[in-house]
Amino acid sequence: MLTVTNLEVCYGAISALRDVSFTIEAGRIVTLIGGNGAGKTTTLRTISGLLRAKRGSITFKGEEITKLPPHQIVARGLCHVPEGRMVFSNLTVDENLAMGAYLQSDKARIAQNREYVFSIFPRLKERLTQAAGTLSGGEQQMLAIGRALMGDPKLLMLDEPSLGIAPKLISTIFEKIVEINRVQGITILLVEQNANLALEVSHDAYVLETGSIVMRGASADLRNNPELKAAYLGG
Amino acid sequence: MTEFLQQLLNGLSLGAIYALIALGYTMVYGVLRFINFAHSDVFMVGSFIGYYVGHHVPENTVWGGLVVLFVAMAGCALLGMIIERLAYRPLRGAATLNVLITAIGVSLLLEYSGQVFFGATPRTFPSVFPSTNFTLGTLVISSNQVVVIAVATLLMVVLELIVFRTKIGTAMRAVSLNPKAAQLVGVNIDVVISFTFGLGSALAAAGGVLYALNYPSIDPLMGVMPGLKAFVAAVLGGIGNIPGAALGGLLLGTVETFVNGSQWSTYKDAIAFAILIIILLFRPAGLLGKASVEKV
Repeated sequence: MLTVTNLEVCYGAISALRDVSFTIEAGRIVTLIGGNGAGKTTTLRTISGLLRAKRGSITFKGEEITKLPPHQIVARGLCHVPEGRMVFSNLTVDENLAMGAYLQSDKARIAQNREYVFSIFPRLKERLTQAAGTLSGGEQQMLAIGRALMGDPKLLMLDEPSLGIAPKLISTIFEKIVEINRVQGITILLVEQNANLALEVSHDAYVLETGSIVMRGASADLRNNPELKAAYLGG
Repeated sequence: MTEFLQQLLNGLSLGAIYALIALGYTMVYGVLRFINFAHSDVFMVGSFIGYYVGHHVPENTVWGGLVVLFVAMAGCALLGMIIERLAYRPLRGAATLNVLITAIGVSLLLEYSGQVFFGATPRTFPSVFPSTNFTLGTLVISSNQVVVIAVATLLMVVLELIVFRTKIGTAMRAVSLNPKAAQLVGVNIDVVISFTFGLGSALAAAGGVLYALNYPSIDPLMGVMPGLKAFVAAVLGGIGNIPGAALGGLLLGTVETFVNGSQWSTYKDAIAFAILIIILLFRPAGLLGKASVEKV
């Protein structure tokens, strides 16, 4: 579904990604793990078009999207839930969801997606008229995911959905991520610092270190990898 | 009492014009986080378009006046979008200072091109709307004041509807809150920014025509002072905040008019700006603005 080949990204003179290649098969949950500054967020931002690649290519459903602007990438069904959630804080929950469907014109489909979002995150329905900025961190994350689901994604990219969220809500959110994948068949690319959690819910994993992929494999195998255990899984 | 009401009326009609211009500053700041210094010159171009169109429609008619307003607004909307496309879009992502300096450059370009094309000699704006004076008790209301207040109110209501009730308006607010997140839901940021410039410039043009109705001597540098005051009004209300710009404009216009009618009239600008400084000392984010940390 998504193929990234020899991706190289720079911030000015500093290179953030040196040579990143990976593929995501349709229907899978794939995780990209790695420490702070490894280039995980940069990878997602480049895929969704917020950053420009210096070299390399990104193809989505067989189409080259490397040079497309973000709104055209979203239109193709590749939605990105950014790090830090980035909900529109002064807009209501309702308006945030409406913004998620910005490119959708099929009213019936929008209503259907809305119902689906409420079915997995009933909390959002209770808070419809509230400004998004007044929600708790966990609720904002739900809203950010819900907003992305309103865009009818084929591939959903999640950047650190566990960041700054009460531990109790983390498990709820991860359950829902698995459910979105299993029930809706939406492919998921999950970036996480919490490697244990990420390997638990995903099928395949890539380990990113200072801008390069250093390890890849089935998540179940990586969980028992001694090297990885020492580096990311707390022994 | 009569004098108070009279001054209040004069003040509100001047303030309504400041408000129209201030809205453009504040909207552009909202989506791009920079001050478009060329905005005051778009206001001037609006007056000049009105001047030329005004000579081709019958004077003293309501429809003639509306045609003048409409053409000036459409022309300046186009001008604003062209300025954004040619001068500011290539600098997207550059340091704010670079964009600010460019804005000053565009401002000077418009002012001195104006002197080339329109000449530096002030011209007299035709009286495009019917002009009479109504008396209400002892209060004298000129029809131009009625036109100014009516047109400004109508435009602000329309703006409010666009910003809060339409898809592009919601997109504008989304871009202003978080441009990255807006792009990630599929907003074409270029279209929104272009639209914002068009909308702001149209309001400035309306301000230009209305200003010229009350102060009918127009020249290519006429935008400088009203533009500066409208900018102050936008900051006063809380830059980036649309109702704030309207409130700031009305407030500044009213204060200026009252000072002008008093024994300190020589110092009217000094007093207006002193009030700005005092208000900002107590509310640094402006009257309706929210204090926020500048994101780096």
